[in-house]
Amino acid sequence: MKKKIPLTGNAAFAEAMRQINPDVVAAYPITPQTEIMMTFAEFVADGLVDTELVTAESEHSAMSACVGASAAGARVMTATSAQGLALMHEVVYIASGLRLPIVMGVVNRALSAPINIHCDHADTMAERDSGWIQIYSETAQEVYDHTILAIRLAEREDVRLPVMVCQDGFITSHGVEPVEILDDEVVKKFIGEFKPWNPLLDTDNPKTYGALDLFDYYFEHKRQQFEAMKHVPKAYEEVAEELSKITGRKYPKVEGFYMDDAEYVIVVMSSTAGTTKHVVKELRAQGKKVGLLKIRLYRPFPKEEISRLLEGKKAVAVLDRAYSVGAEAPLFCEIKSALYDVKAKPVLASYIYGLGGRDTPPSLIRSVYEDLMNGNISKEEKYLGVRE
Amino acid sequence: MSLKGWKELPPGGVILEAGNSIKYKTGTWRSIRPVWNKDKCINCFMCWLHCPDGSILVRDNKVSGINYDYCKGCGVCAAICPKSAIEMKPESLFEEGEKK
Repeated sequence: MKKKIPLTGNAAFAEAMRQINPDVVAAYPITPQTEIMMTFAEFVADGLVDTELVTAESEHSAMSACVGASAAGARVMTATSAQGLALMHEVVYIASGLRLPIVMGVVNRALSAPINIHCDHADTMAERDSGWIQIYSETAQEVYDHTILAIRLAEREDVRLPVMVCQDGFITSHGVEPVEILDDEVVKKFIGEFKPWNPLLDTDNPKTYGALDLFDYYFEHKRQQFEAMKHVPKAYEEVAEELSKITGRKYPKVEGFYMDDAEYVIVVMSSTAGTTKHVVKELRAQGKKVGLLKIRLYRPFPKEEISRLLEGKKAVAVLDRAYSVGAEAPLFCEIKSALYDVKAKPVLASYIYGLGGRDTPPSLIRSVYEDLMNGNISKEEKYLGVRE
Repeated sequence: MSLKGWKELPPGGVILEAGNSIKYKTGTWRSIRPVWNKDKCINCFMCWLHCPDGSILVRDNKVSGINYDYCKGCGVCAAICPKSAIEMKPESLFEEGEKK
């Protein structure tokens, strides 16, 4: 029996964690992720899970504890945001390099300086090359579903890679929404029992993790990681299909909204996709041929689907809630690259929006569609909602 | 020893064989080699005492040679020897097969 309860995005992640009942969770509180660990710590204290909760003294230590526990053979989860993720940075690479299937909730938040606690995607974009799978969530429901999906994906024999389940800080993380929760038993059955590979605690077969890997083998181990990432699209589709059968919800890598006959398209990730859907419906009511392409799986980048869905469109605006100072914005850059091999190339426009939690109301999204429809497109990126 | 390709390696660089560091012959790093002259040696053990790799071999309380598997060629033994019984020679002088 499915039940619908009001939850914040943070509580939805914590609820999924409770049902997953990981062996080890290591954490350090950081805004806006704090609520995840506060809620989960209550579950531990109340005996609802038998997780070993490691309260570390920093995020660097938290991820290190996760790496140690995962190598030991445990099912491991954690959560972080912004500066915390940045502090984890070196260990983030170690987790993926050692091929440990850790699942981490990332509540997206701007990176300092100046100090800011609100949403943008600068933190996870900085980790996009770290070898972690990245899934971006539009709603609290997606946070819940993606978390359960992520466990299965990370632990696939042909994948063995860590996963970040991202959501928008304060927007999704603290906004209350109705979330449909699966039965504990259903989740337990779906994720199954974790069978670790080469666990350190298998003391009859001693082994070494994290040995020096110089010019003789480092490249080969990276090659293995690249290969594992190439297995993800197929693995993702299989796991998503399986979960869809239980929930009735679809989780395509990229989600098209009114895309079939759309001529003017916005590409965006996370909660702003919700705002854009609202604007698309309004403009469709006026007979405008507009559509939305929401990127759910950002790593590995679903290049083929994107180029197929955007081919032949008149104009496409890519909205980045992140930046690359001195270069094109990350999502724009990759969309542009994905369209290189396409014959009928749409005109492309780059918009940077919502940095540091700057509100992105429907009026701003509408202005982007108007730019596309009026041919008001420049080579330079535009800044949505910044004061001149 | 031939190196393995990426398809043959355990993922994540995990080493499944415990205690295999003994197979890692650090002597391959050496570019100059200490050559010990038994006739000049007075068995003072200064070289044995100073060798950072424990590569001076001793048998029956006498220096018996040098373990080239682990000697990195630092030259401390030659520098410390009071009788110049150890001479550092470039590895290029020795046959490839002789270099362990």
